Amino acid sequence: MSSTFNTVVNIIAETCDIERATIKPESHAINDLGIDSLDFLDVAFAIDKTFGIKMPIEQWTQEVNDGKASTEQYFVLSNLCARIDELVATRKA
Amino acid sequence: MRLEYFQLIDRIVEIDIEGRKLRAEATVPTASTIFEGHFPGYPLMPGVLLMEAMAQASGWLIIGLTKFTRMPFLAAFKEAKLRSFVTPGQTLALDATLLHEGSGYSVTKAEIRVGGKLVCNAEITFRLVEFPSPEFRTSMEQVAQSIAFPREAPTHA
Repeated sequence: MSSTFNTVVNIIAETCDIERATIKPESHAINDLGIDSLDFLDVAFAIDKTFGIKMPIEQWTQEVNDGKASTEQYFVLSNLCARIDELVATRKA
Repeated sequence: MRLEYFQLIDRIVEIDIEGRKLRAEATVPTASTIFEGHFPGYPLMPGVLLMEAMAQASGWLIIGLTKFTRMPFLAAFKEAKLRSFVTPGQTLALDATLLHEGSGYSVTKAEIRVGGKLVCNAEITFRLVEFPSPEFRTSMEQVAQSIAFPREAPTHA
């Protein structure tokens, strides 16, 4: 598993009080892990701080609401970690 | 400070857009129906209203930073500490600093001092949304004017 995934697992486990063993790359943050919008704010804050990025949550939400993207593209953890890696790479570029 | 109207900031003393911080002042009224119950014979500024005052100071900071394009709604308090009693007639010095500007949310730290002594502090999270209605934004602009929200902080995008 990637270091990004391991970091995100630690953040979710500590922020949302979820057992690490239940957090899988294929887990959907909302549908499978039951992270609600308030806890997701805490998760986003921790991810932003840890990786030095600003996850474009509003843009993602808008794309989902407009039917241009599925929630799986952003909230399944393997996909979320890929988005984080992209944002980190963009920041470093 | 108009407790019954939840207007807990009297005036913005300074907003530092670059430094992402704000200072405000407020004086606790000497008389209010709230003190009849909190507490009879021992009036105290309720701790939840001190927390609301910290949230309002933070909220005005966010409104200044977002140039009146977003309304911050309170989402969470962390590590809120109420360190000393605050009584009617005391003047509060409120400081708010932006810790993080996220996408659709912001996190601040805020504190209140009385006579230089720290009486409460907290880390506060807000959801940022577009103003729900033009009337709401207009009313906020009127409140901003009444509390000396500085002109150098642009009020229009």
